[in-house]
Amino acid sequence: MSTVEVLFLLLSFLAIGSGILVVTTDHLVHAALWLVVTLGSLAGCFLLMTAEFVAWVQVLIYVGAVVVLLLFALMLTRAPTGPDSATSTRNRPVAIFAGVVTTAVLGVVLVDGFRGERIDVEGEPAGAAQPVGDAIFRHWVLGFEVVSVVLLTALIGAIVLSRRDQPRGEVAERPPEGSG
Amino acid sequence: MPLVWPLLLSAALFGIGVYGVLARRNAVLALMGVELMLNAANVNLVAFDVWFRDVLVTGQVFTLFIIALAAAEIGLGLAIVLRLFRTYGHVDVDRLGGEPASVPSREEAER
Repeated sequence: MSTVEVLFLLLSFLAIGSGILVVTTDHLVHAALWLVVTLGSLAGCFLLMTAEFVAWVQVLIYVGAVVVLLLFALMLTRAPTGPDSATSTRNRPVAIFAGVVTTAVLGVVLVDGFRGERIDVEGEPAGAAQPVGDAIFRHWVLGFEVVSVVLLTALIGAIVLSRRDQPRGEVAERPPEGSG
Repeated sequence: MPLVWPLLLSAALFGIGVYGVLARRNAVLALMGVELMLNAANVNLVAFDVWFRDVLVTGQVFTLFIIALAAAEIGLGLAIVLRLFRTYGHVDVDRLGGEPASVPSREEAER
């Protein structure tokens, strides 16, 4: 077993363990922090699979932006931060059943289909920035543009949704607000 | 490295995400489950791309697209959660669906 394989196994177990903690911990804020561990170890897995660019994008966007957004949401919804603040619903047994069945079905199908195949991680890296950038801006440029428009639309939608309601026409007439 | 390892990792993460979405009461925590599921799909895409050595790098490009879409989804989802919090005063998905505790009347809303 090579170093890469050992590291990959360790990071996988770290990702799965902290993922389980994300969905089971009793502290709301701890769940967000365990999510950082999960996403970070997944970035390590990408790095070991020689997908460097994806790994750094994962660190920048997921660990950097998404988790911060989630923490902001926890604060803005005035979430209680003590223990037992993140309780589960009554249908927890059903949820456990659904999760285990999903994992089992996916695992059996994937193992059955791809047993014995190997990833070549020793040779040339598959995901350095240059080939990925070439592919995006040569072959996938239409998809790239569509994704950017989707992102813009979603962010405008988020702004519209989170504005406080103001009756029409009154905005201009409102007296300037004081220090409060 | 056997291809099966990343595939099993993604299957496990997907199951964890399904459990998180179904079992969590807080809407923000349910969104974290969605994030776990999206990441499971990412692991799958990258593993198959590296295994197949696609000339167009399809798997990794799609992973980048999914990361961008996840950012869009989390922004929109959190805006909806904030809106829910303003209307109902809580984000407990078990207690949502009925009338909000205090429906702002029309005059109140216009004031």
